[in-house]
Amino acid sequence: MPSRSGTRRKASRRAILKSALAGIATLAAPPVLGQAKAHVIVIGGGFAGATCARRLKAADGTIAVTLVEPNARFTACPFSNAVIAGLRPIEAQYFGYDGVKQAGVDIAGQIVVAIEAEARQVHFADGARLDYQRLVLAPGIDIRFDALPGYDQTAAEIMPHAWKAGAQTLLLRRQLEAMADGGVVVLSAPANPFRCPPGPYERASLIAYYLKTKKPRSKLILLDAKDTFSKQRLFEAAWKTLYPGLIEWVPLSGGGRVIEIDAKTRTLVTEFGSHLADVANVIPPQRAGAVAIAAGVADQTGWCPIDPHTFESKLVPNIHVIGDAAIAGAMPKSAFAANAQAKVCADMIASLIRGEDPREVKLINTCYSLVAPDYGISVAGVYAPRDGLLTEIKEAGGVSPLEAPAAQREAEATYAQAWFQTITREVFG
Amino acid sequence: MTRPWSYRGISHGMIVVALLAVPIQAAAQPSSAAACSGCHAPVNDGPVPGLIGRPAGEIVTAMAAFRAGERTATVMDRIAKGYSDEEINAIAQWYAAQGQPAGNP
Repeated sequence: MPSRSGTRRKASRRAILKSALAGIATLAAPPVLGQAKAHVIVIGGGFAGATCARRLKAADGTIAVTLVEPNARFTACPFSNAVIAGLRPIEAQYFGYDGVKQAGVDIAGQIVVAIEAEARQVHFADGARLDYQRLVLAPGIDIRFDALPGYDQTAAEIMPHAWKAGAQTLLLRRQLEAMADGGVVVLSAPANPFRCPPGPYERASLIAYYLKTKKPRSKLILLDAKDTFSKQRLFEAAWKTLYPGLIEWVPLSGGGRVIEIDAKTRTLVTEFGSHLADVANVIPPQRAGAVAIAAGVADQTGWCPIDPHTFESKLVPNIHVIGDAAIAGAMPKSAFAANAQAKVCADMIASLIRGEDPREVKLINTCYSLVAPDYGISVAGVYAPRDGLLTEIKEAGGVSPLEAPAAQREAEATYAQAWFQTITREVFG
Repeated sequence: MTRPWSYRGISHGMIVVALLAVPIQAAAQPSSAAACSGCHAPVNDGPVPGLIGRPAGEIVTAMAAFRAGERTATVMDRIAKGYSDEEINAIAQWYAAQGQPAGNP
């Protein structure tokens, strides 16, 4: 890879400013006045990336911020399970970038082909290059099409994952609509970690709601690569009440782990046998989005280790990773967490550019799940950096109470909707 | 890279001036409060109450009640327990200083 010979800078801007303040003659210092204002590039226009770009601009208007996102439209994952169940139009999941642009962020509708960390440069498919002081990667997840034998992109057109919202969401919706009453829907959930830990169980719930109301002789089998899952007692209690006999959850110890897929016959093979599906939703193993792998910020797990204060990669300096792609300790891979991390990361980058030390931080996650349209449950947590990881504060957090009046479940369903409206307004509005 | 002495001197002098001109970001939102706006909208028109412009004392009292389990809650009882008095004060002061919320009667 070519470097910008002659302009390549080894000393960080922070170091230069500090030495300037201390009155030390920095003979090797680059011509700072000739240097453009600080430039931060954010790659990925989801909840993490779009939030971070806007917050950077708000934290320090002198920082030039470029958000790199090849898609003109973002399709949000939260509430996409309601689309699958026919409770919500897909259009309610679509968001554009006009608001981000109006906030002063440059939008580059480009595809990244390479990141040259040494030269602090991003290379695009059209040959253009952009320099950065700091780079933020918010690529979300990629499906690991190499992890589950028989499950490749062609298979996903027959047995959708629907774990990235959009065409896959609609495909699963259409398949459920086309299924005859009395059909068998099979879902498979992966081992940890993966995007949206309660997501498969919310999906099973809302599909069950659809089946109960529209195709009551049908059945749903949920094959799981785990023996426990997020909000488990709440989900199981609600299933017993709302969908008796409709959902069969098969845990790892009961032979729930899917080891092979046969798309031709819509069969999911487990260690204990095989399940023939009328509609199959395979939620496969995942890893950080491709650009994180290309940048060298992902480790052997496929996810990205970060400093819990600044979200800077532990593997490559000046690159920060936020959202689902990051190894954020106890914080789950959720849109709420991505948004919260993005704001802290932006504040920290603004501090670092100003030459200040990072401040103490505290982050929150709140995840609502719908078990039925008027039945919401939640998990919440408060997190702080401890021993190099984002650690959950023991005294705080937890799930909705197991025993609660219908009014509380209804209130949580309302709050779930309100959360989606508020967060998407904040990020894209 | 060689440059005239005077150029370097001027450039460093101007860096110091530029830094002094940067406002101390006292108005910046405390990072601990960054996550609040995920649910609490700037416009007070939803089921979740807005915080912008709300008197600091009100926020402090509410958080103390949530933390003690003395106020009906869905998630705030669980979240409030993660914050110290000092952090709650800083968050409350910042929200109170943000002026009137849009759409608040």
